[in-house]
Amino acid sequence: MTRELQSNEVVGRPTTAALFLSFLGVGLSGFGGVLPFARRMLVEKRGWLTTTEFNETLALCQALPGPNIVNVAVVVGARFAGLGGSAAAFLGLMGAPVAIVLALAAIYDRYGETGPAAHFIAGLGAAACGLVAATAFKMAYPFVRQRAAASLILIGLTFVAIVGLQISLVWVVLVLGPIGFALAWRGAAKAAAQ
Amino acid sequence: MSPGAARLELLAAQFAALSLVAFGGANAVIPEMRRQAVTAHHWMSDAQFAHLFAIAQAAPGPNVMISTLVGWKVAGIPGAVVATLAMCGPSSVLAFAASGLWERAREARWRIALAAGLAPVTVGLVGASAWLLTRAADQNWRQAAVTMAAAAYGLLSKRNPLWCLGAAAALGFAGLL
Repeated sequence: MTRELQSNEVVGRPTTAALFLSFLGVGLSGFGGVLPFARRMLVEKRGWLTTTEFNETLALCQALPGPNIVNVAVVVGARFAGLGGSAAAFLGLMGAPVAIVLALAAIYDRYGETGPAAHFIAGLGAAACGLVAATAFKMAYPFVRQRAAASLILIGLTFVAIVGLQISLVWVVLVLGPIGFALAWRGAAKAAAQ
Repeated sequence: MSPGAARLELLAAQFAALSLVAFGGANAVIPEMRRQAVTAHHWMSDAQFAHLFAIAQAAPGPNVMISTLVGWKVAGIPGAVVATLAMCGPSSVLAFAASGLWERAREARWRIALAAGLAPVTVGLVGASAWLLTRAADQNWRQAAVTMAAAAYGLLSKRNPLWCLGAAAALGFAGLL
């Protein structure tokens, strides 16, 4: 059932096996990102997290480095079944997609560099990068709408540093990350003062 | 040490470092992954990197599959396993350790500033990924038109992106691109 559970409603504590199987389903359901499917499973289908709990978990996982969805699996697994739960959720999430992508890679290796398969991949590649561009625009839109000039400059600086100056990502994050943090720190103070 | 083991060690070190700076997920570190695989180590051409990215997008699962494929290209199945675990391992340990702390710091100013402050850098990184992938993938104006159509699809449609990927792959297969 797709009913959302209210806070503190008692739900059975998921076992490591249940964590593994549920994240297995999540890993297999999405293309180009599985976050929406993770939300559906955790909040709507299983009721393991409330909407608020999920949003807070996601905020943490996005603030931390690393693949967001992998972080979600680790944090949710830890919450319900400790280290074993984290491992089960991680293996469930990654196992099947890794096997499938390697099978596709083997086919590409055999047939991909020439002929119809190469044309197939050329079409796929052209569309795939367009979808990434769409994601970037969607992420940038809130800053444009709020006319957040400092943030927009930071977005531009990051882009130029990577594409134009070809500076290593580690340096970009180490220099521009703290600037972003300082701006947000001031912004949080202003919001609190109002 | 055998050359194979040395390669695996290099893969592990590189992806473990990427794992800890991947603010915004796997798509944010694509420029750096590409720089190391194509420019620094000459493991593959720019076009091959774009192909691997296309395969990763066409398979089900998280975006992090691109690191699996880079590892595979460099050192086969062991390379794939090492790259995937290295890309996920350090950040997972951090997430495991941080989950309790984060819950306790719900209202803390540093927590709000951390979440909000890194967002612009992430947007810039994903934009750079799109730019570099497009430059590598599109060889002619027809492919560039497909990229623009896919971007429009991604912005305007709520449907599964697989429809768009499938249509573009079909156009390519038919020899139209």
